[in-house]
Amino acid sequence: MYDVAVIGAGIIGTFITRELSKFNLKTAMIDKDTDIANGTTKANSAIVHAGYDARPSTLKGTLNAKGNAMYGKVCEELDVHFKRIGSLVIASNEEEMESVKDLYERGRKNNIPHMKILSQEEVRAMEPNLNEEIIGALCAPTAGIVSPWELSVALAENAADNGAEIKLETEVLSIEKNEEGYIIYTNNGEVKAKYIFNCAGVYADKINEMVASRSFTIHPRRGQYNILDKRTGDLVNHVIFQAPTKLGKGVLVAPTVHGNLLVGPDAEDLEDKENTSTTSDRLTFIREKSRKTTMKIPFNGTITSFAGLRAVPSTGDFIIEESKEAKGFINVAGIESPGLSAAPAIAEYAIDILKGITGELKERKDFNPRRKPVIRFMELSDEEKAEAIKKDPRYGRIICRCENITEGEIVDSIHRNAGGRTVDAIKRRVRPGMGRCQGGFCGPRVMEILARELKIDIKEVVKDGKASYILTEETKKDKSQDVVESR
Amino acid sequence: MLKYDIVVVGGGPAGLAAAIEAKKNGVDNILVIERDRELGGILQQCIHNGFGLHVFKEELTGPEYAEKFITELKNMGIEYKLDTMALEIGEERVIHAINTVDGFMRIKAGAIILSMGCRERTRGAISIPGTRPAGVFTAGTAQRFVNMEGYMVGKRVVILGSGDIGLIMARRMTLEGAKVLAVAELMPFSGGLTRNIVQCLEDYHIPLYLSHTLMEIKGKDRVEGVVIAEVDKNRKPIPGTEKHYDCDTLLLSVGLIPENEISKNAGIALDPVTSGPIVNESMETSIEGVFACGNVVHVHDLVDFVTAESKRAGKNAARYIKKEIKADAKTAKTKPGEGIRYIVPHMVRPENVDGTLDLFMRVDNVYKDMNMIVKLDGKEIKRMKKKHLAPGEMESVKIKKEDLGFGEDAVITVQLEKEGA
Repeated sequence: MYDVAVIGAGIIGTFITRELSKFNLKTAMIDKDTDIANGTTKANSAIVHAGYDARPSTLKGTLNAKGNAMYGKVCEELDVHFKRIGSLVIASNEEEMESVKDLYERGRKNNIPHMKILSQEEVRAMEPNLNEEIIGALCAPTAGIVSPWELSVALAENAADNGAEIKLETEVLSIEKNEEGYIIYTNNGEVKAKYIFNCAGVYADKINEMVASRSFTIHPRRGQYNILDKRTGDLVNHVIFQAPTKLGKGVLVAPTVHGNLLVGPDAEDLEDKENTSTTSDRLTFIREKSRKTTMKIPFNGTITSFAGLRAVPSTGDFIIEESKEAKGFINVAGIESPGLSAAPAIAEYAIDILKGITGELKERKDFNPRRKPVIRFMELSDEEKAEAIKKDPRYGRIICRCENITEGEIVDSIHRNAGGRTVDAIKRRVRPGMGRCQGGFCGPRVMEILARELKIDIKEVVKDGKASYILTEETKKDKSQDVVESR
Repeated sequence: MLKYDIVVVGGGPAGLAAAIEAKKNGVDNILVIERDRELGGILQQCIHNGFGLHVFKEELTGPEYAEKFITELKNMGIEYKLDTMALEIGEERVIHAINTVDGFMRIKAGAIILSMGCRERTRGAISIPGTRPAGVFTAGTAQRFVNMEGYMVGKRVVILGSGDIGLIMARRMTLEGAKVLAVAELMPFSGGLTRNIVQCLEDYHIPLYLSHTLMEIKGKDRVEGVVIAEVDKNRKPIPGTEKHYDCDTLLLSVGLIPENEISKNAGIALDPVTSGPIVNESMETSIEGVFACGNVVHVHDLVDFVTAESKRAGKNAARYIKKEIKADAKTAKTKPGEGIRYIVPHMVRPENVDGTLDLFMRVDNVYKDMNMIVKLDGKEIKRMKKKHLAPGEMESVKIKKEDLGFGEDAVITVQLEKEGA
């Protein structure tokens, strides 16, 4: 019997699980996918918004700014990339300038610090590559960029280091309420828990309806993105938004924490909660729309395109509350933008709800907020590089040529708590395959390392989902050991 | 700090030939750095034949071709380090490299020869829409799996692009028991060698659709199908021409890009057309004493041409060490004219030319019955008849040193003209 079960291992589920691991609670986090952060968390703008956008009276409005302020500490504790580079909302005409001023006013009501409206000259001085037609901008220096899945994985790892259990490939089929709490039936056995946090992203409505009648629905809104080669990452220095107009919100252009350039997203309401395919029309639309921000994006440097789904709630605001019909079942649903930014504050808020239900929670004395530091080989000095290889020669072998990722880093990422078990999981953790060759050279090597470290056959190594097999069969069944070993 | 007269970065066909030739030209202290587990580079996974027709006058497989050079390199006692990655080239030609045995190394080189080869363009580079399942491979990655690792990557295959590796893999997958349903090529002509179209597609009744593109990839976990469609003159898909294929695998053979991350970070000037370093007649880059050869400079279709070019780089690196190259000699620029996409080398100092100057180039379209004309400052110095020209087949021109007399800032152009025009 667990005290708490968290359904969903995205940024919200992992934040809450890590928060729970600060207390004397037996916690399990459940996810249907093969990895942490495999839904909405793996495909979004990776922006920590300053918080001027949301209406002050909403949960979005109160939790965004609060969450933003918490980012520095948690990313420092967990050794996760986070850069507070600031954001600009650009205006190209007077009407857009009005909307910039509105945002500024709203930001003041949300107590967003250090905001400033910039003149044309000031924008130009800060961002020389932007379109010359821009006449001004709202600057919010507290906005930042983060790697959402890196953070999510780190949170899960730290929660697991502190005793939380993680059950992947565990899909919730139904939930039964009884005297003691809940029995969660999954494809992977039963999970009994006194309390449940429903952090199931686009499926949060379905999970809620397993214990209560329909009080909200979640529909998927797809956004597509282009990601460009690292040589383009310094085209802009801030997250650049376009001012919202009657025609919509525009697309953003932003560097990523790893130095790539991100361009997107659009917004498209869908029915299918699994449809993350990209379309030619939309990718073209994004490219065209980005020209309003800058004409200088070298789209021939695109290394990949992807789409993500936002979990849009029927209520218009985050749904963070105990179900009225099911005691101890707490919905954390409809976490669309600015969900990533608000996530640390959402977790605190959600835990407070649990405290309200259980009375005071007992804090663990031995909670360790830090995880074992990650060696990022290329970020080390020459002397540190030499030292790292001396300690473990596997840091002397480059597996990924584009991002210069060593075998040591890959092996480490497999054996940590919440370690990677698929090619994409390794890619999200340490980046082999994230570069311009997209795994062409390193893919076979990463598979080999995964098979060796997990002690499985290389044919069992999958790209991402359980059914995403890569190899079909051996070309020669009767291979002598010698040949295998000499490779 | 380690010290060598010449350090060769990359132990594929280019690096091997360059190192051997440098040694033959009197430089003893040479190191080859190879990032892979064996010398020979991509040749090791090219187990088909057809290599060496020009150099050895016989048909070899890739590993056989490589073996000849590897044996010679070893017999000459040239040092090499496997599984070793050059991370950067710093000031004063100091290379930072790592491996598991020596750890972190600083290597001071008298001259450097860059021969890192090239990589394949990927799905992302050409923005193919659809889902992102397993089963999408570049042709070269599939080739490595099938030929070196010993695993098949699929059963029903569609290939996008008609580059040579894609064509070779169409045959290879067929021989291993897979069904290759189609090869789709965006351009109205193939990017591969004619002999590969015949021997790898036609002989196996694999259809080649020219002027076709990939519209969509389907499947969540593994590829379940693809859609291709015909394109118009502007390479836009023509509605109604879509063909659906049920397949589990998509191979991409959509071009190769020289692998110049180290060169770029070292500040070496690159040619936007070739994506490789700008080089002179000695295969020297914009940084003195740093030479380049093979696919890192421009993508070659035949390894024989790589070998020839790399020998030139090796020899000139040796001449540089022996101070036999005149750095401040009069220089002409080469300029691609009508019908020519690029020319290598980009700059020519006749004083350093040894006998003849070889210019290598690719044309921008398929042509029949043309004259290829070389001009020096507008004056014709050579004319050749060409029955057939295609972008997939590299062209070369030999110019005698004595034909290269010129003043300051001269320009050598190569252009195509319709025969009889």
